[in-house]
Amino acid sequence: MTTYFIYAGVGLCFLMFLALYRVILGPTAIDRLMGVNVIGTKTTVLLIVIGLIYGRVEMFVDIAIAYALLNFIATVGAARYFQHRKNLCSVGFGLRHKEDKGDTTE
Amino acid sequence: MHFIYMFLIMFGFWIVLSGKFDAFHITLGVISCLIVSFLSLDLFFHETKKKGRIAEVVRFLSYIPWLVKEIVLATIHVAFIALRPNVKDNIDPKVIMFKTRLKKDLSKVTFANSITLTPGTITIKVSDDEFYVHALTKKTAEGLPGEMEERVGKVFKEFGE
Amino acid sequence: MIIALTVLLTVTGFFFFFATTIGLIRFPDFYSRMHAAGKGDTLSSLLMLLGLAIYSLHHFSFGNFLVSLKIIFIMVFIFLASPTATHAIIDAGFESGVKPWTKEEERAEE
Repeated sequence: MTTYFIYAGVGLCFLMFLALYRVILGPTAIDRLMGVNVIGTKTTVLLIVIGLIYGRVEMFVDIAIAYALLNFIATVGAARYFQHRKNLCSVGFGLRHKEDKGDTTE
Repeated sequence: MHFIYMFLIMFGFWIVLSGKFDAFHITLGVISCLIVSFLSLDLFFHETKKKGRIAEVVRFLSYIPWLVKEIVLATIHVAFIALRPNVKDNIDPKVIMFKTRLKKDLSKVTFANSITLTPGTITIKVSDDEFYVHALTKKTAEGLPGEMEERVGKVFKEFGE
Repeated sequence: MIIALTVLLTVTGFFFFFATTIGLIRFPDFYSRMHAAGKGDTLSSLLMLLGLAIYSLHHFSFGNFLVSLKIIFIMVFIFLASPTATHAIIDAGFESGVKPWTKEEERAEE
């Protein structure tokens, strides 16, 4: 069973490298943030798998809880920060850009 | 009274997280649970107390199996689109806006999270009663708000008896 | 029996993780990538964690039961937090003006 968990862990690491493609080459900052969120969710699972491999799961599960909480807080915080960046992308769309399109009825 | 509920919830959580029952750890738990529930009491229970809270929880629990079924369908749908060749031919994304009849904050939150977790749709923005939703295909865009709003409304008794 | 269940759940979860990541790479724009990231991640991590929680009950003792309880707590947290994080990211993208990809524009460019 340990061999199976080692394969599962290696597979998860491989998928994290695939998601790293989006983090490095993402066209906008929000794309990178999404890649980081996906990697963080995989890391939570990977921590428990590592704990089962080493037979110390009662220690690693606490780290996994803390990592899940931190991942959520970091994602929400970074998303709130980028929410007020107007020039994230050169083309405007959305509620904030309504007036730029010549919609001056108000 | 709320303080005692809060303390009991916090202390049960401490027991689960620590897993040790000697006097030292229990004392530490009691002290830190008292401090935390004193500091964060006004974050919870700010709603005025009303009847029918337990019935609401039971109805919400009966809503969960349907939600789980929808989540499984949604993931299979996304996986199917992602793994087939020619992604761009299979999708036809679109941003749509509709008004909801739900009034309470909690039911709006539940409805938005349910939209995000069901096949082909994702909530972008909720302002007052306007929902902005991004739909992946034309077929899923037509299905909104539909059956789910009825179910959420039934859970929180929005549409009267 | 428990091992067979664990293997089934983790393999299914791993397959959905794989599909999520492939979708993250292949989808054309930010909003449709968010579909893959938001939905696939929730279900696949729930399945994998459920499999691991069942496996840790393999040798039953109080400590292992506590470990399973903690893993189930992580599952509940992910079930609540993942749609919220998805919503926060997509709202930030919408407010800051990322343009959605549509089929009509693709045809117009050609």
